[in-house]
Amino acid sequence: MSESLATYGLYFLIGQYPNGPLGGLALTILLGASALVLAMPVGILLALARISDWRVVRWPVTGMIYIVRGTPLLMVVFWAYFFLPAVTGKKTGQFTTMLIALAIFNGAYLAEVVRAGIQGVPRGQTEAARSLGLNYGQTLRRIVVPQALRNMLPSLVNQFVTTLKETSLGYIIGLQEVAFIASQVNSQVIVHPVAIYTALALTFFVLCFGLARLAGWLGVRT
Amino acid sequence: MGQFDFSVVTTGEFRTWLVSGFLLSLQLLAASWLLAVPMATVVALCRLSSVGVLRGFGAVFVEGIRNVPLLVHMMFWYFAMPELLPEPARNWLYDHDAEVVCAVIALALYSGSYMAEDIRSGIRSVSATQIEAARALGFGFLAAMRRVVLPQAFRIVVPPLISQTLNLWKNTSIATVIGTAELMYQTQKVETNSFRGVESFGVATLAYLTVSLVITAVAVGFQRRFPVRAI
Repeated sequence: MSESLATYGLYFLIGQYPNGPLGGLALTILLGASALVLAMPVGILLALARISDWRVVRWPVTGMIYIVRGTPLLMVVFWAYFFLPAVTGKKTGQFTTMLIALAIFNGAYLAEVVRAGIQGVPRGQTEAARSLGLNYGQTLRRIVVPQALRNMLPSLVNQFVTTLKETSLGYIIGLQEVAFIASQVNSQVIVHPVAIYTALALTFFVLCFGLARLAGWLGVRT
Repeated sequence: MGQFDFSVVTTGEFRTWLVSGFLLSLQLLAASWLLAVPMATVVALCRLSSVGVLRGFGAVFVEGIRNVPLLVHMMFWYFAMPELLPEPARNWLYDHDAEVVCAVIALALYSGSYMAEDIRSGIRSVSATQIEAARALGFGFLAAMRRVVLPQAFRIVVPPLISQTLNLWKNTSIATVIGTAELMYQTQKVETNSFRGVESFGVATLAYLTVSLVITAVAVGFQRRFPVRAI
């Protein structure tokens, strides 16, 4: 076991880097973090459209959110895999494919979190702000969103943990993230499946549990 | 992008593959659900128990399972777990659709850990004064639970359980990684053999969406029929 740890430990952490593309745990964390950064603005925009007064904006976005939420992420990944090249005209890498699928999928989930957060702020707050002379944008930015954000934090942390776990689906389109690397190592070593998959599970446990604990330590109750 | 011809994947052999995949997906949903709900109830009661060991077990179960991706669960239960079994049990497993059995184990554990938290928070949300008042009025513990606490908890617990059922339905698609011949697996097979990506994934997406919408409709119906009452 120790010799395989020495041989494959680094492979598990960073893939073939620097002699090849970055992979392994580092790629998982990079993908998870980028997906979060991208999904947040998508979620906020969709949420604002979802509670908009204009039906032309509200209805299609509501429909889209329902469709995405009723579809497995794996399906979204496959659609991205087939459609991105058709739309952009050139081959899309697995990382970009996965990133876009995660941003759309998690954006639709975050939209509902953000919407619930915004609608949880009492109406009187908006009315008071407007009657004090703030415009719609200022009211949203200075009064509603700061209060909504507090309500949303626990759900946001949960969604972040979910995103981190969902990066593992990159395995299916051949993205060299940590689950893919682990199964590669398993097919080379063959005799230690229990050790390898336990190590993989523990890695994700430490990441996700750690993130939730960190949030708890920062005062977010999940 | 050329002409789409959905009849290619909705007739003949391809149709048979897709239908059998859809049926297996529904079976995975049913089997995992039936295992997950009682398991979740037991774990939730453990977490609410006054016995420290049971509370500890409940916490380890929930956190240990929830913080590992379902894909990794699938891999672990399919590739690693059989190695830990004694020889006869392993042979039995391989003779009885191991990829289906292991998928159900992974799905049931994963959903069960989420449902356990929903059940726990539902029971906890019924305020303690309710049970105290019931006891003060002369109800026994069980009668108070059955007539006062559970009817209130039921309204709170069922909507999140339905939404977990929806997640479970979508998660059955991940079983494709261990070769369970459910809808996602059959869709990939049809795509490879027919070269009709849009058509095969279109039909499968529609199938997933239809079941998801049915589950959502059940949730809406329930909330109309049994709205949560403010106390």
